[in-house]
Amino acid sequence: MLNVNIAGVNFKNPIIAASGTFGFGQEYSSLYNVSKLGAITTKGLTLHPREGNNGLRIYETPGGMLNSVGLQNPGVIRFIDEELPRMKRLGTKIIANFGGCTIDEYIKGIELLNQTDVDMIELNISCPNVKYGGMAFGVKSSIAYQVVREAKSCCKKPLMVKLSPNAEDIVDMAFRCCEGGADALSLVNTFKAMEIDIHKRKPVFENIYAGLSGPAIKPVALRMVYDVSKAVNIPVVGMGGITSAKDAIQFIMAGAHAVQIGTANFIKPDICLDILSGIQEFMEKEGIKDISEIRGIA
Amino acid sequence: MNFQYRVEIVDENMEISKGIYKLSLSGKFKGVPGQFYMLKTYGLNPLLPRPISIHDIHENKISFLYSVVGEGTKFLSQLRKGEQLQILGPLGKGFNVENIKGKAAIISGGIGIAPMLYLSKNLKVSTLHLYAGFRDEVYGIDDMKKYTDKIYLTTENGNTGVKGYITEIFNPSSYDIVLCCGPEKMMMKTVKLCKEYNVPIFVSMEKHMACGIGACLVCTCKTKNGNRRTCKDGPVFLGEDVIWDA
Repeated sequence: MLNVNIAGVNFKNPIIAASGTFGFGQEYSSLYNVSKLGAITTKGLTLHPREGNNGLRIYETPGGMLNSVGLQNPGVIRFIDEELPRMKRLGTKIIANFGGCTIDEYIKGIELLNQTDVDMIELNISCPNVKYGGMAFGVKSSIAYQVVREAKSCCKKPLMVKLSPNAEDIVDMAFRCCEGGADALSLVNTFKAMEIDIHKRKPVFENIYAGLSGPAIKPVALRMVYDVSKAVNIPVVGMGGITSAKDAIQFIMAGAHAVQIGTANFIKPDICLDILSGIQEFMEKEGIKDISEIRGIA
Repeated sequence: MNFQYRVEIVDENMEISKGIYKLSLSGKFKGVPGQFYMLKTYGLNPLLPRPISIHDIHENKISFLYSVVGEGTKFLSQLRKGEQLQILGPLGKGFNVENIKGKAAIISGGIGIAPMLYLSKNLKVSTLHLYAGFRDEVYGIDDMKKYTDKIYLTTENGNTGVKGYITEIFNPSSYDIVLCCGPEKMMMKTVKLCKEYNVPIFVSMEKHMACGIGACLVCTCKTKNGNRRTCKDGPVFLGEDVIWDA
């Protein structure tokens, strides 16, 4: 049994494509049958369309990559009108990732998404790319609490809050998001990081900072998922540098109900299927009948 | 869409000029001039594949010409015959050879010569002139001789051809259309030249990429029609549409 229930939503398996790495699913669906995924998380949405950041947007580092896309997206209204109908035909659950710059934007966006058939909302309180943007909400748990409480009060969908590893105290952050009414937590988003071009003698990104993802962050992400899973009693979705079934199983053993796969999609476009079949093989070999048997076992 | 993910075996990977490699794979491959493949060596280092344009396609062979510029291409250059290479492609929108007519000029800077062999082979134009600029060593020209009517060369050190930049000797006035690939500043200058003479120009953009298929939005090219994905909406764009970073 691979299916998992998170906040009342039944996912056929615990493999979820992570926000920002999978577009709205269309591109990958021309390479493989994405209905085999547990869910697809949308590109990070905002209330209004965003052009994203200027200049270089990606820089590879040992075992990882920095991105500075800056939430380029068509806005929640065009998502609902144009992308969502096509996404619904992909045959898997849809998690709408939504972020705002103000509490008012969060409320307006959620009210629009309430009227759609997205299966879940992932609240982005952690994108580190946008000046005056998500970062402030995701660093201080008292501020995150306010956003989550307001979001929850108007949200008619299961609400998953995506945590930033840049939080001052990840466990306290998780606690306060629970208090605010989160139905589930996903973690971790990218780590605030930078690179300097020694020939130009300045940061490589116009925004100076960018978000680090990929295998380089996995052990740190795993530790955070382990600590948070032990501390809260709502489902946790783990992510951060997962590139193999072994990595995914580690997150599940650390307490995650499901995992999200992000950067790894760039390494091999159908890697989610490899991870899924690897988990199945592991379960067969180890005599595990239900994935929940190993959840949090470590 | 017609692209595929495959694991292939390297047939040949040799240095044809200083830091310039030609990598060949055997088998049937698709692609139109200007399209590219994402190439990746085995394992997690480097993490991401690299977008490399199609240099040539034969009935049973594809070749890529690339310059070693960083870690990713360094690893590519170390591949030996018989080793595995992961490929994803053909990707992007290439040159529309059916709509390119009359007297045409190809203008390239450095490794921008890479897609031009397959392009010149497939063009159905009345006259084709090649303008190719290099830093010091000239490469990739010999195979193009039979598909071009005239070749103009420049090198920055003057070793071959005219000393200087290719944009200094290029005059678009006598051409119906110009096709360009090279460093961003060189392409920007060429677009400006073509604009002065009101000659249409297509440019093949180069940006850092991750997914290669249009999902991740890291290779955005700013255009007069808004942000476009270099990997999917490009890499070939109408020159006048591009808003240059350089």
